[in-house]
Amino acid sequence: MTSTSVIDELKKSQILELLEQGKRVDGRALDEPRKLMIEINAIPKANGSARVRLGDSEVVCGVKIQPDRPFPDMGEKGIFICTAELLPLSHPSVETGPPGPDVIELARVVDRGIRESHMIDLSQLVIAKNKSVVGVFADNVVVDYDGNLFDACAYAATAAILSSKMPKWEIKDDVPTLVEGEESNVPTTTIPVSVTMGKIGNYIIVDPNGDEWDSMDARITITTDSNGNICALQKGGTGGFTFDEVIKCGEISVKVGSKIREKLKQAKEGGQ
Amino acid sequence: MGGRDTTLVLLDENGIRCDGRKVDEPRRIMIKAGGLKNADGSAYIEFGDNKILVGVFGPRDVHPKHMSNTDTGILRVRYHMEPFSVTERKNPAPSRREIEISKVIKEALEPAVMLDKFPRTAVDVFIEVLQADGGTRCAALSAASVALADAGIPMRDMVAACAAGKAADTIILDVNNEEDQAGQADMPIGYMPSLEKITLLQLDGVLTPAEYKKCVETGIHGCKIVYELQKKALTEKYFGNGEK
Repeated sequence: MTSTSVIDELKKSQILELLEQGKRVDGRALDEPRKLMIEINAIPKANGSARVRLGDSEVVCGVKIQPDRPFPDMGEKGIFICTAELLPLSHPSVETGPPGPDVIELARVVDRGIRESHMIDLSQLVIAKNKSVVGVFADNVVVDYDGNLFDACAYAATAAILSSKMPKWEIKDDVPTLVEGEESNVPTTTIPVSVTMGKIGNYIIVDPNGDEWDSMDARITITTDSNGNICALQKGGTGGFTFDEVIKCGEISVKVGSKIREKLKQAKEGGQ
Repeated sequence: MGGRDTTLVLLDENGIRCDGRKVDEPRRIMIKAGGLKNADGSAYIEFGDNKILVGVFGPRDVHPKHMSNTDTGILRVRYHMEPFSVTERKNPAPSRREIEISKVIKEALEPAVMLDKFPRTAVDVFIEVLQADGGTRCAALSAASVALADAGIPMRDMVAACAAGKAADTIILDVNNEEDQAGQADMPIGYMPSLEKITLLQLDGVLTPAEYKKCVETGIHGCKIVYELQKKALTEKYFGNGEK
């Protein structure tokens, strides 16, 4: 990490000054996420895909579905794995090479949100118990960066899973064999929506953009499911939250999440 | 980690958990400040069957040099599990899970430590999990706070940590390994009790908004219990037998 520059400090004080007047740098309300654009089936060669633009953060997610061996002691469940990667073209500061802690955290938080919501009914992804199961792999690549990649990746992965067509396999001669012409939707039970909030001074802001992201003291990402329950959470950053703030963030995530869930549903219907 | 016992009863009709605890009862916790000769500060914690050793070095020169910051000292945390700490041997190379836990523990400690007084230096916190049994990040964070205090690093408050969760449709304090594997939710919390700030918070598992609130409250209650034991550990080392 480079040391803070004078520009960053100036930006931060400007952002804080505006917040004291109830305003944000890009004119949004404090609990207002940026414009969300979802393009379904952007990558036809994938089993499902989505290109999501949240403000100026852009993510492409491709879902690949293929037979795999089950995890040991998980022979009656299919596999779901979600990854995230920052491409060097997304920002001048991104370098090639193995992922750093920030990117590892990003991938794990996005994966956890979808996994813990039980969005995909993994018990329906078994080809032969303890031998062969279906694996759903959702790989996110960040192509443009302007803050809050947690939500951009989560929406891209969720939209891509909703749009996926799952091939069918049967065991023939002990190997899973593709059954031609039989495709179905991925069995889903709920639509998880993650909402990331930043804390600057004593203000909680939804969906921080790049400048706000650099100015935050702390952040919190909360994933809710279709029933309005909270199913995953991650606090990050070097500051802390009070008990009241944590409860308030939970309420915001349910409220903002329900609106975004409608957008994800619309995107799926529009894509078919 | 570890197989699933399908016959396991997480909560019996008398409200007793699989390891004999009540719903709001933490596991046995033992914290010892100091213990390592070469580290500037150290601590050892036994949190149920978790056994974790923490060593702190610094403030000291930063290597590699480019990581140093002219405005403040930096905090570096490595959380590492020994290959023999879990049922199946763990690959000794740092896993993605360990990298993430190192990061969340670092961010949980940063609000507490006052490193702006030591520009161009680093404080290194090395956490070694000798035996793991669910809730290692909370135990590790609690021990790391004690080790930092033992090293004489100026601190605003200590970070105490404890998990709350949900098993058998009940909010429980201090989730053990079985309850983590078979339960419904796990919420590790790191908390500065004097400043009333939550500095580590994660959740996996489904909670209604009401359960969510109860879970945070329960976890904070656990952190306060840990906090007293942290203070006791430091008092014992520095003030001997009951002296204040």
